[in-house]
Amino acid sequence: MVSAKLSALKESRPHEYFMRFAFGGAATVLAGFIATHFGPGPGGLFLAFPAIFPATATLIEAHEKRRMAEIGHDGTNRGRMAASIDAAGAALGCIGLAGFAIVLWLLLPAHNALLAIAAALAVWIVVSIALWKLRKSRLFGLSRRQ
Amino acid sequence: MTEYVLRFFVGGLVVSFFAMLGDMLRPKSFAGLFSAAPSVALATLALTIHKSGRAFAAEEARTMLLGSLAFLLYCILVSFVLRRFRPSSLVATFALLPVWFAISIGSWMVFSGRW
Repeated sequence: MVSAKLSALKESRPHEYFMRFAFGGAATVLAGFIATHFGPGPGGLFLAFPAIFPATATLIEAHEKRRMAEIGHDGTNRGRMAASIDAAGAALGCIGLAGFAIVLWLLLPAHNALLAIAAALAVWIVVSIALWKLRKSRLFGLSRRQ
Repeated sequence: MTEYVLRFFVGGLVVSFFAMLGDMLRPKSFAGLFSAAPSVALATLALTIHKSGRAFAAEEARTMLLGSLAFLLYCILVSFVLRRFRPSSLVATFALLPVWFAISIGSWMVFSGRW
């Protein structure tokens, strides 16, 4: 069951928010710089650069460790497993990201830009969630039966 | 220069928005989907279309496809290494970044006939 916890935002410290903002900003500047100086081919590659992923995985591990330390346990392994699970989820998101790129590539030359971006975003979210649900239900169901 | 400052702030905001969504959502495997959100693309597309036109942005989207496949392999590898060898997330994610560079740039060179 998917849920959202607003209180989870309190777990991140101000410098962690700043770090992610800086990583995101730097990756966007890098993508623009490369597209301007080397053309749209290499520039496009950097639109799918794992900009925030290392920072996110590191924070997930740190938060899990901190949570376990509060109850007197060593959360090192648990934190690394949590980061591994996040990476597996991100892999599914990457397939959605590829769908986003295909829709933009096909729609942008002949259609309204806003419409193309909205359609690409819809494809990303639908493909990602559908794959996640499939992995949760069908694939895990099969592995349990085996 | 102004363009790069604007890119930095818009990129930082969009990436932070998706990262906060990922923080709030449970389970973790679902939240992980947002680690691969098209945040950099969304932040940069409007500026690119405004400055260089839709054809240029479409050409970027074409190679973004290769970048996202490299991202997919990178994530699978990070997940495997973290589960199998248990290094710190910081070490695993940064040490494996060259995999993304090698696959994305290598595949672009192959598909564009440069190699």
